[in-house]
Amino acid sequence: MAATPKEPVQFRGAGPLNAPISDALTWVDQRFPLMSLWRDHLSQYYAPKNFNFWYFFGSLAMLVLVIQIVTGIFLVMHYKPSAAEAFASVEYIMRDVPGGWFIRYMHSTGASAFFIVVYLHMFRGLMYGSYRQPRELIWIFGMLIYLCLMAEAFFGYLLPWGQMSFWGAQVIVNLFGAIPVIGSDLVDWIRGDFVVSDATLNRFFAFHVIALPLVLLGLVAAHIMALHEVGSNNPDGVEIKKNKDAQGRPLDGIPFHPYYTVKDIVGVVVFLFLFFLVVFFMPEMGGYFLEFNNFIPADPLKTPPHIAPVWYFTPYYSILRAITEEFMLVLAIGVAAYVVLIWLTARDTRIKLAAAAIGLVVVVLMKGGPLALDAKVWGVAMMGAATLIFFVLPWLDRSPVKSIRYKGTLFRTALTIFVITFIVLGYYGVQTVTPVGTVISQIGTLLYFAFFLLMPWYSVMDKTKPEPDRVTM
Amino acid sequence: MADNMKKLKTLIAALLFAPALALAAGADVRLDRAPINENDQASLQRGARHFVNYCLNCHSANYMRYNRLQDIGLTDQQILDNLVFTGVKVGDLMRVAMDQKDAKEWFGAAPPDLTVIARSRASHAGSGADWLYSYLRGFYRDAERPTGWNNTVYPNVGMPHVLWELQGEQVLAERKVQAAGYEKTEHVLKLDKPGKLSAVEYDQMVADLVNYMVFMGEPVRNDRKIIGLFVLLALGLLFVVTYALKKEYWKDVH
Repeated sequence: MAATPKEPVQFRGAGPLNAPISDALTWVDQRFPLMSLWRDHLSQYYAPKNFNFWYFFGSLAMLVLVIQIVTGIFLVMHYKPSAAEAFASVEYIMRDVPGGWFIRYMHSTGASAFFIVVYLHMFRGLMYGSYRQPRELIWIFGMLIYLCLMAEAFFGYLLPWGQMSFWGAQVIVNLFGAIPVIGSDLVDWIRGDFVVSDATLNRFFAFHVIALPLVLLGLVAAHIMALHEVGSNNPDGVEIKKNKDAQGRPLDGIPFHPYYTVKDIVGVVVFLFLFFLVVFFMPEMGGYFLEFNNFIPADPLKTPPHIAPVWYFTPYYSILRAITEEFMLVLAIGVAAYVVLIWLTARDTRIKLAAAAIGLVVVVLMKGGPLALDAKVWGVAMMGAATLIFFVLPWLDRSPVKSIRYKGTLFRTALTIFVITFIVLGYYGVQTVTPVGTVISQIGTLLYFAFFLLMPWYSVMDKTKPEPDRVTM
Repeated sequence: MADNMKKLKTLIAALLFAPALALAAGADVRLDRAPINENDQASLQRGARHFVNYCLNCHSANYMRYNRLQDIGLTDQQILDNLVFTGVKVGDLMRVAMDQKDAKEWFGAAPPDLTVIARSRASHAGSGADWLYSYLRGFYRDAERPTGWNNTVYPNVGMPHVLWELQGEQVLAERKVQAAGYEKTEHVLKLDKPGKLSAVEYDQMVADLVNYMVFMGEPVRNDRKIIGLFVLLALGLLFVVTYALKKEYWKDVH
């Protein structure tokens, strides 16, 4: 197929360089879709004009990703992925590499910042129904990014080779030992040794600097391509593509560039202010961003009295610890009650029977005497389920409206309880185990799952307000 | 037979719980606030001298170079003349000759490297400086320990009281205090035999030493705060400009 000559690029603006730039762009454009990419994703990508505060966190997540990659490259130039040298090489970066402390603090603060930004980004999605049809795939790609990010953070945390690095990795890797039959072999296979060791450090390094960043970048590209295919949601949850002008441009849309580029730059500056406030004045953040124990080199013979994961994992860690042998009865009753609820409300007999069959199997595996699995196995399963359940959210929400602005009291209450639960679980995840903490974590676990599992009912029962035709500013 | 089993069980239980109890006691101890000032160069220099005199024989500071002491106002020549006793170069790391295996045999545990000890000892009970300040003032005579010394902050520690000639000998005395409606016994440290320094002088000396150890934990600490101020100032100005730009672009979006 012969290449069709493209239109010369329209380059407006005054100046002596106008013609050369225009010529150069035309030359490129005849060989690469530069200007059409620019138009499709920036200058003629129409975004709703009513984005509010919560819409800063997507571009900020991208910024943090760039910070992590760039600082990561510089760290790898000086870091030694070896059990004998890792800890010393980090201190070498902190002391002898010019500006090394700055790069390292940016990277360590960036890890926590990434999760703060991503959690707020996800909360935005929950509030305004950004996961709803037709944006299910954006949500799913986003959740894959979130999982990838957790893996990335976990692998990276081993690299400084401090006590928390070592014992945190030991605890998390040992969780896979709970899997029946293959568990203990699987754990040895993951570690590459019978304990966390040099072999483990080397493979975690490979995952942290090559494998996961590659996957992460691919997923981010997919997330944005899917977003730009269907267009952005907005705080009103109404589709701006329904109302277009004569040229086919959404009436409530404005070009992403320059409107949202200039707006997001303001967000970036405010974010960087807070980010550098931490980097320069409190890089340890009271032991939450850099744990105190991690300034002690890893010692396989000395278990720290209290092992807690970094704060961004603690809600799930709480769920893991909440699943005790005594709690299994409560869980089994919860599953049975859920099956009864489906049985009473579902119209399709096949669904009723499927729910009953699955429910029976689960209850037997939970509390069926000799057939029951260990509470530890269920703890790991529930922790996994707590992260994976986000994936089915688009099909759980059956409300006629998307945005919380037009949803009723039921959904608002449910979301409020969910957010409080998430924070409380996170809090108890950093504490040592206490009887009261365990009971609160167990209640939190039930509320966490109830938010999702009961959504098909409460989102329908909710008294919603009618959505407006156009967005409101 | 059954009796032996019972004894064995008791022994195992004791072995299992002893460290837990020791740690529990360690966690509950109240730490004194370390009266340190990271901008006081004279204090930091005195602390550096105490450090090389008293600590840097058993403990290493393997990530710290001697010439980093330039940051507390010393010249290379001053460092070489006053602080380097082992004939190494001024750019070398603060290593020690003691063999880790020997140390383990002598003390039960190898003395930890002290480069970042001030950072690692921080907890929600207090800063790392508070911990070190309380620890170095918390040694007391205990005939039951192999070294003859014990510590209120770090019970059953392997380290003997290196500074005893300066501080003197403390003992753990019992004191009855009136709590709300009942009498309880408290353990307090009491100076039994005075040392070369008065209590105030000893506290000051420990404060200098701790001040130095905090510096050594992160030599760039003071610089980063100064750089940070300029960065935040620049971002503040950038905010004004970018906000004005955003306002300008958005004035006709309704």
